[in-house]
Amino acid sequence: MQITLNGQTIETQQTSLDGLLTEQGYTDMNIATAMNDNFIPQTERAETVLQEYCVVEVVAPMQGG
Amino acid sequence: MSLSLYQTQVNSRLLLGTAQYPSPKVLQDAISKSGTDIITVSVRRESSSDQAGQHFWSLLKDTNTHILPNTAGCRSAKEAITTAQMTRELFATPWIKLEVIGNDDNLQPNVFELVDAARELSRQGFQVFPYTTDDIIVAEQLLNAGCEVLMPWGSPIGSGRGLQNPFALETMRAYFPDTPLIIDAGLGLPSHAAQAMELGYDAVLLNTAVAKSGKPIEMATAFSQAVQAGRIAYQSNPIEARDMAKPSTPVAGTPFWLD
Repeated sequence: MQITLNGQTIETQQTSLDGLLTEQGYTDMNIATAMNDNFIPQTERAETVLQEYCVVEVVAPMQGG
Repeated sequence: MSLSLYQTQVNSRLLLGTAQYPSPKVLQDAISKSGTDIITVSVRRESSSDQAGQHFWSLLKDTNTHILPNTAGCRSAKEAITTAQMTRELFATPWIKLEVIGNDDNLQPNVFELVDAARELSRQGFQVFPYTTDDIIVAEQLLNAGCEVLMPWGSPIGSGRGLQNPFALETMRAYFPDTPLIIDAGLGLPSHAAQAMELGYDAVLLNTAVAKSGKPIEMATAFSQAVQAGRIAYQSNPIEARDMAKPSTPVAGTPFWLD
């Protein structure tokens, strides 16, 4: 299916958010996630089902003022 | 001399941002020299290949400071709430520096969205540090929304113009004598920080003035000393300004005085 990950359109066969993160190399990293503008806690990633054209954001700490 | 923010005691009254430094080493040294107990951070999209955020996270953990994440870049309550939820998980803190920008030119907060976001985040257990204006009606609404700290701007973010409306800031201080008030944004010089502290503000938050100076580490020291000087001055009951001169040297006994 086609989804958007951090602003980039990609194809994935994964069905869960957790599977997508593993597929895309986000392992053992301090990250936070959102799907379709809603926060998805780490504890809910495995049960969060990806949908066609869904929009996933993966963020990490960054310098800020 | 310590300051209580949501039941957390800190000694330094200088909060320091972590952006725009010439190198991670300079950032670390500036944090150290500033003596700050609280640093501000943000979140951005992470690439699994370069992992920039993970390197920064390692640096943060060595600073031994409290982390105050922000919602910089958000333009609606909804965006700010989602961002805050992500920062709470990333940084394991209920603190959130709530920014909801309403104007691209002066980065002025959209106070309507700000109050909505503050109310919802407080309901969700966040401890909100709202970046706001010097409008006391907005301030009242933020307090009613659950905020226990207010952070009015001194002038637009990154402008370095100092306190553009000291009268409004004095009014805010007088209206909310028991609320921790932190000047956030717009400071450019240590004298600006000292002025804010002399007005009775509890702390100042700045970033650009240190990070973009020619010598960030030295400037961090300068701001630290200015904040301490301004705080001591405020507590020392400064004299009133006068229109006319008044000699400080006693007049009685002046030689060559012609009676």
